[in-house]
Amino acid sequence: MKVLVTVKEVAEPDDDFAIEGTDIAASDLEYDLNEWDDYAVEAAVQLAEAGIADEVVAVTIGPERAEETIRMALAKGADRAVRVWDDAFEAGFADVAAKVTTLEAVVEAEEPDLVLGGVQAADTGFGATGVALAERIGFEHAAVVNDLEVDADGGVAHVHRELEGGVEELTEVDLPAVLTVQTGLNEPRYASLRGIRQAQRKEIDARDLADLGLSAADVESALTIASMYEPESESDAEIIEGDAGESASRLAEVLREKGVGA
Amino acid sequence: MSVLVVSEHRRGELRDVSREAITAGRELADAQGGDLHVAVIGGDTDRFAEDLNREGVDAIHAVANGEEFDHNVYQSAVEALLETVDAETVVIPNSVNGLDYAPAVAEATDRSLVTDAIGFESDDGLTVTREMYGSKVETTVDVADDRFVLTVRGGEWAPAEGVGDATVESVDVDLPESGARVTGFEEVGGGDVDIADADVLVSVGRGIEEEENLELVEGLADALGATLSASRPIVDNGWLPKNRQVGQSGKVVTPDVYIAIGISGAVQHVAGMKGSDTIVAINTDPNAPIFDIADYGIVGDLFDVVPELVDEFA
Repeated sequence: MKVLVTVKEVAEPDDDFAIEGTDIAASDLEYDLNEWDDYAVEAAVQLAEAGIADEVVAVTIGPERAEETIRMALAKGADRAVRVWDDAFEAGFADVAAKVTTLEAVVEAEEPDLVLGGVQAADTGFGATGVALAERIGFEHAAVVNDLEVDADGGVAHVHRELEGGVEELTEVDLPAVLTVQTGLNEPRYASLRGIRQAQRKEIDARDLADLGLSAADVESALTIASMYEPESESDAEIIEGDAGESASRLAEVLREKGVGA
Repeated sequence: MSVLVVSEHRRGELRDVSREAITAGRELADAQGGDLHVAVIGGDTDRFAEDLNREGVDAIHAVANGEEFDHNVYQSAVEALLETVDAETVVIPNSVNGLDYAPAVAEATDRSLVTDAIGFESDDGLTVTREMYGSKVETTVDVADDRFVLTVRGGEWAPAEGVGDATVESVDVDLPESGARVTGFEEVGGGDVDIADADVLVSVGRGIEEEENLELVEGLADALGATLSASRPIVDNGWLPKNRQVGQSGKVVTPDVYIAIGISGAVQHVAGMKGSDTIVAINTDPNAPIFDIADYGIVGDLFDVVPELVDEFA
């Protein structure tokens, strides 16, 4: 079977950052593979290693800069990658439907049996693309999966969904399906040197909307970020000043007053 | 135009966010001059409907189908109700289960979707407040659509109070064949230690960097006579067992003293420890959200501060 893994390059702000307009200043952002997607990549690669998946294709919606990130997925074992970008995405904030329209076109071309992606992106935190995609393409789905066993012959995935409060739901999902992957599902590997070398030779297929038979109007977003600001600190914490020794000493005093270590 | 709020329950109990979603839904209905409809799907619908009949609720629609959450049932029921209830707005809890069907409802009914709302204004079109970049910033998002699905974060709206005079009606829903079947539930995180019983917790997060550095916080827990707990990344890495995890998907703890070391304070973590009597935070990032709920804070490197603190109690 064929596995499609959706990955996203996410931006993480430095400890000190400035907001310019409606986003954080580019110079204060570091880019990395989305943590949740790292677990999805690992799950896909493990399926390939177990002989269950014949091919693992990574797909991302992202600018040229994102090739570095998608190459990480290739270095970890994905066979090839598709990167979709278009001027239309530069215009603003893509909503869930815009992303789903783009991914739908990739799914139609690739015809995967299983789509894996992270539960959410660390930067925007919508947590919605996978389930919306499943609805659009007529796949079954399960969100927030933290245990996965694929029975390819039986055409079913046995998953655990991680609910709140230490309870997991056990569910059987018929394939084809979209599963959104929670952190902790597996232990994502580090790319080996050999993997990194091999990744340089793997194909990253860069597509724009026209290549996918789409136009800018198809990915028009209903959402606009109108403002961004640092939340007002509600802190009434007593910040203990001084060097490590001084602050530890004052904290020890506080803790003793509370009866700790007595 | 009316608003449809979908309630949530699990294992025989309505979840708190259901009544909070009613408050959010009422605000939206007022702004639009419409009625507030509430759906209760599955489980003990009679009992749940009574509990959901709060001030401001106009109608409750009970869909008796199964005991527990099933995304196929929820999606089908909500779509069926939207056929009969004249509602353009749908409000759904931003929970693990909410996110298992809300995006599908938005997609299937051609509504725009905004998740994890922590506030909104709806006087002149909808503007949603939500966080980005792991709670480091807030954004306002304009929604250029009269039809939308909004998922609301728990704990951000006051629960709806009082007793309402809503009509309650049972609704039968035709269910399509489902390719996803819930076969059971499993409790996780049992074992030797119950961190919920501890009076003092030393809790460690991503800032500890390496597994071998855990010795440092274990030493502090020993020196203080405290129990060691952790935030999610430590458990995801397999450095500590699941029964040590504090937060939304782990344990909710309310010790006398909670010492957060190298924990930034993501909302999922805070949900599990904000009820602690005294909260101490040690973190290098002065903007870390953990300081918003801390009573005492040290902005500094845990690798400098913790050894000094251990010495104080040696």
